[in-house]
Amino acid sequence: MSIENRVEEIKEDLDFFEDELQKYEYLIDLGKKLEPLDETYQIPVNLVHGCTSQVWLICENKDGVLHFKGTSDAIIVKGLVYMILQIFSNSSIEELQEVDMDIVHELKLAEVITPNRQSGVIGMIKKIKEYALKA
Amino acid sequence: MFKKDFPYFKNSNIVYLDNGATTQKPQSVIDSQVEYYEKYCANTHRSNFGDANKATTNYEGARKILKEFINASQNEEIVFTKGVSESINFIASSYASKFETVIISSLEHHSNIVPWHMQGRSLGKGLEVVRCDENLSFDFEHFEEILKANANAFVSITHISNAFGKVHNIKEITRLAHEYGAIVLIDGAQSLAHLRVDMQDIDADFFAISAHKTFGPTGVGAIYIKNTHLKDVGAYQTGGATIHEVDFNSSTLLDSPYKFEAGTQNIAGVIGFASALEYLNKVGYENIEAIEKDVYTYLDSELQKIPDIEFYNDISDSVGSRSFNIKGIVHDDIGILVDKMKIALRVGHHCAQPIMKELGIKGTIRVSLAFYNDYNDVDELIKALNRALKMLKD
Repeated sequence: MSIENRVEEIKEDLDFFEDELQKYEYLIDLGKKLEPLDETYQIPVNLVHGCTSQVWLICENKDGVLHFKGTSDAIIVKGLVYMILQIFSNSSIEELQEVDMDIVHELKLAEVITPNRQSGVIGMIKKIKEYALKA
Repeated sequence: MFKKDFPYFKNSNIVYLDNGATTQKPQSVIDSQVEYYEKYCANTHRSNFGDANKATTNYEGARKILKEFINASQNEEIVFTKGVSESINFIASSYASKFETVIISSLEHHSNIVPWHMQGRSLGKGLEVVRCDENLSFDFEHFEEILKANANAFVSITHISNAFGKVHNIKEITRLAHEYGAIVLIDGAQSLAHLRVDMQDIDADFFAISAHKTFGPTGVGAIYIKNTHLKDVGAYQTGGATIHEVDFNSSTLLDSPYKFEAGTQNIAGVIGFASALEYLNKVGYENIEAIEKDVYTYLDSELQKIPDIEFYNDISDSVGSRSFNIKGIVHDDIGILVDKMKIALRVGHHCAQPIMKELGIKGTIRVSLAFYNDYNDVDELIKALNRALKMLKD
């Protein structure tokens, strides 16, 4: 599935909730589903800039397809990490290199998260692009 | 009871508990600024037509109101600035840079730490930090040790910790510092919103004041400079309205306060600040202190009921702000959720990273009150905190 299609899917999920707090409950649930990231990866080099909470993101290249893992110390942010990984993990290097940062606005995350947190999401996407450009 | 005086509370359904960051503005403060812009907008201290004279009169009237409000001895001791950060940077650069040692406390805001780093000072090299105990109380013994080892130092200490609400005994700090020949600046950013300050009683050499944390406009503050130091403080910035005479060879400056207020000032802001002080005079500090103590004590007792809550100081010698964490919960999560439940508070390091590092935490959840907050605000906060905790723990 293309990144655009995955964004569309997540958007539909988020649009389902009319009440903002329900969206957060959903994010918290997503955070709980996030696979744990080994503590040896929770080091400064893997930190995402722009997040008020700590977010770590790592990348594995399997035959030109990038797989990401990540986590955060905050539960809601873990949910955001889960969402971002759902969208971007398991994508080709070429597709990731061309990711448009405006994708965040597609998700209408501004309604869900604060400006600070949104810049954190942008930080995560930037880090993903960095990994793709270096791959 | 006093919320009716503040338009924000008519227009917003937010429970506002971020007064340590900025306070709401009473109608009279807003009106006085609008009146200036609508009815007599002109520059001060320059032109001589009617509106210009009125603007100058009101601007200088504000200086007198602030002078009387803090019981300074003369108008010349009051210099308007952009705020406390500028006040501290001004004195750091124009007066304190020549001092071999600067002494600060552990509870300082970054605005009373970074200016000293900018002078090339670091811990043990021109900068000393007074320890606090496990209740965040100022360690007077350590302070005296530092004063003994560093004669004629410059002491720059906050009155009230913005992060924890802890109140320093600034009168005693000043007395002890003076005994060792030190000069004292007090960061009073959080002071005027909660406590009456009296320059004759405190006896500090400099006292930095914020308007926007005192129910006045943003972008305005002041520095009180004791008259004995007026001649020794150099100009910070120069330009319009600071000079006596200029030719292409040299300039001679006016006396204080004019030599310190270069360029067109925030005239509307200063006039608005005076209105805020007049409003506070009407409310009275007896009322402010009594209401705050009552609501602060209620806040503390209700917070204490939350399981696994962790505080860093008790409420003795504290006003306004109450800082805490909840075991196993990252404060950012709480901040996001209570915001969506219409509670305005602050989570994070509150521009006081060094003390957070000493305490081994990244930050806290800070509830900061003003005299317009009431029991209902506290009840709404507690409801929201409990709901957020349920969401995060379930």
